Formats: sequence, structure tokens, C-alpha cells
Amino acid sequence: MTAVGTYTPKPGAAPLTRMIAVQAALETKMLLRNGEQLLLTVVIPTLLLVLFSSVDVVDTGEGEAVDFLAPGILALAVMSTAFTGQAIATGFERRYGVLKRLAASPLPRWGLMAAKTLSVLVTEILQVILVTVIAFALGWSPGGNPLAVLLLLLLGTAAFSGLGLLMAGTLKAEATLAAANLVFLLLLVGGGVVVPLDKFPDTAQSLLGLLPISALSDGLRDVLQHGAGMPWGDLGILAVWGVVGLTAAARFFRWE
Amino acid sequence: MRSDPVVQVQALVKRYRTKTAVDGLDLVAGTGITAVLGPNGAGKTTTVETCEGYRKPDSGTVRVLGLDPVREAAALRPRIGVMLQSGGVYSGARADEMLRHMAKLHAHPLDVDALIERLGLGSCGRTTYRRLSGGQQQRLALALAVVGRPELVFLDEPTAGLDPQARRATWDLVRDLRADGVSVILTTHYMDEAEQLADDVAIIDAGRVIAQGSPEELCRGGAENTLRFSGRPGLDIGSLLKALPADCTAAELTPGAYRVGGKVDPQLLATVTSWCAQHGVMPEKISVERHTLEDVFLEMTGKELRS
Repeated sequence: MTAVGTYTPKPGAAPLTRMIAVQAALETKMLLRNGEQLLLTVVIPTLLLVLFSSVDVVDTGEGEAVDFLAPGILALAVMSTAFTGQAIATGFERRYGVLKRLAASPLPRWGLMAAKTLSVLVTEILQVILVTVIAFALGWSPGGNPLAVLLLLLLGTAAFSGLGLLMAGTLKAEATLAAANLVFLLLLVGGGVVVPLDKFPDTAQSLLGLLPISALSDGLRDVLQHGAGMPWGDLGILAVWGVVGLTAAARFFRWE
Repeated sequence: MRSDPVVQVQALVKRYRTKTAVDGLDLVAGTGITAVLGPNGAGKTTTVETCEGYRKPDSGTVRVLGLDPVREAAALRPRIGVMLQSGGVYSGARADEMLRHMAKLHAHPLDVDALIERLGLGSCGRTTYRRLSGGQQQRLALALAVVGRPELVFLDEPTAGLDPQARRATWDLVRDLRADGVSVILTTHYMDEAEQLADDVAIIDAGRVIAQGSPEELCRGGAENTLRFSGRPGLDIGSLLKALPADCTAAELTPGAYRVGGKVDPQLLATVTSWCAQHGVMPEKISVERHTLEDVFLEMTGKELRS
């Protein structure tokens, strides 16, 4: 039996920063526990990096293959977490009433979104460390401005998060699962990740160059491989995608 | 136990496209346990979800603990506990993990280990939510609703699909909540649940409250109760009627089988047995048939409460 007074009301929300921190920790834990998510965010980028660096499958132009590949794989890592992973996870959380249940908790909705963003960033940091370590082991010699790299990664995250949340908040969970994987695959091939964009016809190139994945991989490559300063063009493309995607997500996202 | 209402709903209307789910519903719930009873599709969940702040009324007003659930959500949410009809948990989370998480979102949560023990969730171990049994998922949802030490909990069909033992455990917890001063609004289509638990029952049909009161009041008010006894055939019904209160009926249905209708209370039973004693009758097989909420519901709506 339970002592009298056990349930005597004593309501109250935890401090906001603590709520967001524990929510972000749980979201990250759920992601790292999920096998399919790990395949997407860890296994595939790592495999591609190792495989295409050591086997001469694609002509990556002059210089070491890894110098071309590592920036592309970093872009892929951002896409896999901020877009594909987040879209699928959030889609199923919506489907299974997790978003609905949390909406009745003391954590405000914007707090939940902040926690999701934090969780995406934590995962990306882990991915960047992993990709960097492997790339160095393969003989990578990056150059360029670290601040430009950081800015590219952040704007890329914003762009992919907006699109991922838009998909998760409007489509059925199964449709999100299928579409997010399909888009991942298409952008992997057509977004300058492992296949240089100049392998495509001219007209296709200019269109493909406007994709967020191309802007991110191209920008990262300019800085890390060619030592460019601020890749303003690519940053601009990512910023536009970010604003459009996040605005649309905020407008059309359905919690149930 | 009655004081300021914890929930006040006035002329609530909620439509989904062309379908009117709630149609001018009025409901006042005080402290204690209030059961919202009705068949599926009566508007129970819509009403409760409007109180929880999930839905905006098309018209009418809703106040919960004196607050507007949509506009004053931030102030209200820490004070209420919500048990959804299904789901609400990450499919890859373990029961204790989710419960600890919800506890951390509150300032003064319950002791999570004690709650796990209390609801028999300790056996779930490392099993993730999607592999828990339906009953375990239900009990976890209940635990999530109470762990933040709310003033008011909303339980949407808390025992649907539970086995009798788990059902009783849930009822015990709900009674303990009430004893400690937590108010409870529960929806159910189980009559016995409402009769067993509720201080107050609101019967909902087609989006409106058609009757409200304590289970006793509703059973008394809705239908006449019946007392049956058997004795030797041909007793003087006229004499019996004189002894009974004015609004009672009495009849010999078949030789030796008698029925008394009216407000059957201990006083009436005493009146009938003393009349029998005066007339040298040994009443055999005395039985009292109390009308249940089920009868009341059937009488009011002409419908059975189906599950």
C-alpha cells in the first residue's frame, strides 16, 4: 500500500533549460539506439568514405580522392541527421502520439523543437569527429577557414531541418519514411557528394547546383579542398532553403 | 468534497468538417472523481481533449482550474496530468526511462521507483515500449499522468482492454489519488467503472450531457427499483398498498410471486417485512433489484452502451 499523502498535489514545471536539456538527451539516446538511424547516420557515410577513397570507382578529379570525398561525406552526414533521420523519427513520434503527449507536459512546443535541434547538433558533432578521424587516417589534408566550415554546417543543418520537419509534420509516417529515404538516395547521387557535379550535363549541373546538398558539399569542398574564403554563393543558397523550409514547417506542421 | 469547480464547460461546440462531435455541452466538475460516461462517438474524448488544450472550441467556453486551456496553456500544463487513450511514448524507450524523463520535466515529481513498483511496471525491465503488452502500456500511460504530482488528472478510458486484476489496480490508484486530494476526470464506457469510482457521473450522448449526478442519484432518479418476494398466493394487495408510501406499486405477478415497485430503500424493505409479519406471511426469496447506470442510460437514450 502507499502512504497517505503520497499523491498530494505539488505541481510545477522544471526550469526551462533543464527541460530542454533532458529532452535533447532523450532524443539523442533514442536516435543512437535505433539501428536504422545508425545505418543512415554512421554506417553509410563511413562506408562510402572508406570505399571511394581506397577503390578508384569514381573519377574525383586531380589530387587525393579523400580530399574530394571528405567534404562531400561531411555534407552527407549533415543531411542524414538533420533531414532524413529527423524526418523519419519525428514522423513516427507524431504518428505514435509522442508529440501529442509531450504537448501536454510542462515542456513548451518551442522547447521541444529546441531540444530536437540540440539533439541534431550533438549527433552531427559526433559524426564530424568520426568522419574527420577516418579521413585523416586515409590521408586527408584539409585547408581553409574553420569559421566558414562551421557556418556552412550550421546553415546546412537549418536548411535540412526545415525540409525534414516539413515532411514529418505534413505526411503520413510511412510516406515520410519512404520519401526521406528516396530523397537521401537521390541527393547522395545527384548532389555532388561522391560524384562530382561536372560529370552531369551542363543544364542539369546548374539546376543540381541549387540543391541544398550541392551547396553544402560544394561550399565545404571550396573551403576544405581549395582553401577558399567565405563561399558566399553556397551560403546564400543554404540560407534561402533554410528560411523557406523552416517557415513552411512552422506554418504547416501538424502535431497529430 | 465539493468546492470551486475544477472543470467548467459552457455551451461547448466542436465540429470536425461536417460532423458535430460536441453540440452545446455543459459540464461542471468539482473536486473528487468525475466520470464522463457514454458510448463511443458520444463526444467524450473531444470534450476531454478540449479541456486538455488540444482542441480549440468552435464556440462556448472551457475553464480548467480557472484557466483557459488554450490561451493559458503554459500555466495550466504543469498542474494537470494527461493519460491519452493510446500511444504517447517513444517506441524505442523503456517504461522506466520514459517515466523518469517525464518526472524530470516537473519540479516536484513522485518517487519514480515507488510508482513503478506500485503499478507493477518493474517487470518490464529493458523491454522497449513497442514490445510491452497492452496492459503494461496502459499502466505506463497512467503513471505518466500522475508522476508530476498534478492537481487534476484526465484519464481517457483508463481501463479499456485491461484484465480484471490490472483494472482493480488502476481503480485502487485512482481512489488513492482522490484520497490525497487529486481531482480526476475520467471517460469510460464501462458502467461499473463509473459506479465504483465516481463521486459524480455525467452521461453524454450525441455531444451533450443528458444527465449528471452521483451514481445513487442517477439510479434513483432515472428508473423505479423493484423488490420481489414470494409467499402464499392471494395476499391482500390493497392492504399492502395502504402500508406502503403513496407512490409505490404492488402486484401479484403469478400466484405467490409479488412485486413492489418504487423507491426501494431500507425503510421500504422494513415496511414490507413488517406488513408480512402482521399478516403471518413468511416472505421467501426476497430480492431487491437496484437499477444500474446501464438501465438509466438505456432508458434515457434508448441505446445500449456498447464497447
